[in-house]
Amino acid sequence: MSGLTLELLLLQIVTGVALGSVFVLLAIGLSLIFGMLTIVNFAHGAFYMVGAYMGVFLYGLTKNFWICLVLVPLAVGTIGLVVERFLVRPLYGRNIDDPLLLTFGLGYVFIESIRILFGLNGIPFSTPAGLRGAVDIGIGYFPLYRLFLIGATGMLVLGLWLFIEKTKFGLIIRAGARDPEILKVLGIDVSKIWLLVFGIGTGIAGLSGILAAPLQAVTPEMGIPVLAEAFVVTVVGGMGSLIGAVTAGLMVGIVVAMTSLFMPEMAKVSIFLLMALVLLVRPQGLFGRAGLMG
Amino acid sequence: MTTNTAASLIAFGKRHRAALAIGFLLIFPWLMPYEALAVNILVLGLYAVGFNLLFGYTGLLSFGHAAFLGSGAYGCGIALVHFGVPWFASILIGVLVSVFFAAIMGFLAIRTRGIYFAMVTLALSQCVYYLFYQAVNLTGGENGLRGINLSEIGILGFSVNFLNPTTKYYVILAFVAFALWLFSRLLASPFGAVLEAIRENESRARACGYDVARVKFIAFVISGAFCGLAGALKALHLSIVPIETLHYLTSGQVVMMALLGGMNTFFGPFVGAAAFLLLEDVLTTMTSHWQLVLGAVFVIFVLFFPKGIWGSALAWMVRK
Repeated sequence: MSGLTLELLLLQIVTGVALGSVFVLLAIGLSLIFGMLTIVNFAHGAFYMVGAYMGVFLYGLTKNFWICLVLVPLAVGTIGLVVERFLVRPLYGRNIDDPLLLTFGLGYVFIESIRILFGLNGIPFSTPAGLRGAVDIGIGYFPLYRLFLIGATGMLVLGLWLFIEKTKFGLIIRAGARDPEILKVLGIDVSKIWLLVFGIGTGIAGLSGILAAPLQAVTPEMGIPVLAEAFVVTVVGGMGSLIGAVTAGLMVGIVVAMTSLFMPEMAKVSIFLLMALVLLVRPQGLFGRAGLMG
Repeated sequence: MTTNTAASLIAFGKRHRAALAIGFLLIFPWLMPYEALAVNILVLGLYAVGFNLLFGYTGLLSFGHAAFLGSGAYGCGIALVHFGVPWFASILIGVLVSVFFAAIMGFLAIRTRGIYFAMVTLALSQCVYYLFYQAVNLTGGENGLRGINLSEIGILGFSVNFLNPTTKYYVILAFVAFALWLFSRLLASPFGAVLEAIRENESRARACGYDVARVKFIAFVISGAFCGLAGALKALHLSIVPIETLHYLTSGQVVMMALLGGMNTFFGPFVGAAAFLLLEDVLTTMTSHWQLVLGAVFVIFVLFFPKGIWGSALAWMVRK
């Protein structure tokens, strides 16, 4: 560990925050769906992967990354809407594991469909022009794209928070997370809310897919390890809590970055040890579950 | 009259479920297109039965059982290859290794409830995957563990040719038969009744004075031990342990098998394993994208046949 300076350490923390941003996005989508529908979406990793491929496809057509950032979540969210309406909805009121099993099977269908459409091999996704290179952030040079990732995640979290906390629609969502029965009594069509929340959640999964695409190769299997990582973040943060998802996502990102620096052989395992620790000390997660906004 | 016959037939079947299952497995190789497939179904059927103790009988959905199949397979294989342990003892070591991992995972996972359980078991098994992946010296890492060459084995003083597929089937069946008998006894015991009580109504079981967390933990470890035995037998059968044995998809595979076959039945998981592997065997000759069909079939089963093949067949027999 020669040449370990404060700058290097700080840079690695910023790297961790950038990495954590992707975790935050994934966990938010997962948490949003769970908070409302009490469904663990096992196809979340597959939606993320579909988002990345959709990004590859649309970027090839439009040559404009910013348009893709808008189109991809819309397209993936639309798939989510169809899935909720025709596959998940018949399962409400049945065993709590049934929607989980269904989305698990759906993951196979998505992965294999993508293999048929785009082939078995990975596709590189180059960093979009304008976001290449590195900038001096005071402690050293840092890749611009990763800074963008942190900013984009921050904006999305803020927007989602305002949407849920300050709009009338958000009020309905929060009420639905607390007590869907009362909401029905008040004359609100809960199934429409559930439909929309599933769409938003999967849309965010798609968005995280395209945002993460320049950091790694786009492969049909890229969603599988991501699913486990998103679960770790959700368990650490506490299911159904936006604050929990953000805190735990950043924490997991920083833990991965730090172990990669000091004990590279432990980098993959470290987040699971973190989860085990949280389970021992606080099984309900750091921010528990008390409604959607905890 | 017919109702009575069917009912008494089912009662008879339930009473002698282990004997009937073993009897069927004795003639099973002649029903299959080739023996290797029969051995695969036998081994993965045991894997599904072990998994079903948790899923079907206790109502806990684990998405991490690959960790036990895999650690059992690696435990057995490593003992054979690196330490020259006799085959019989190697199987035992495999089971013990999986019990070790099941104890750790179970201890952590039962602290969570309901829907968390699936997520935590999935994440922990992913951790086990990375551990074995990185221990290249012992496990061979990405290439898998190779060199499990078991050609002649000694059983009670007799030397048996393990390379002959039929012999191999019956040697493995001896272990599976013992496991099935044990499993049936376990379910018939008071402990088995408590498991089902927890599945039906956890709070009520707790109110009756049962230590629910401890029962769940014990069930988790026993389930891991059965899957570990399946893993050890799989290692001997394939003479290699691929790293995919520990993969998330292997955990998912057993969930699929149990559900396809029928999760609330004794023999259902075996039927599910057979259906899964036969489907794979037929479809892979036609298309490389067989998992698309598999996923779609699974989705259809979740939506319309949650009782599975065997469970639906039994329900149909009762109705008739």
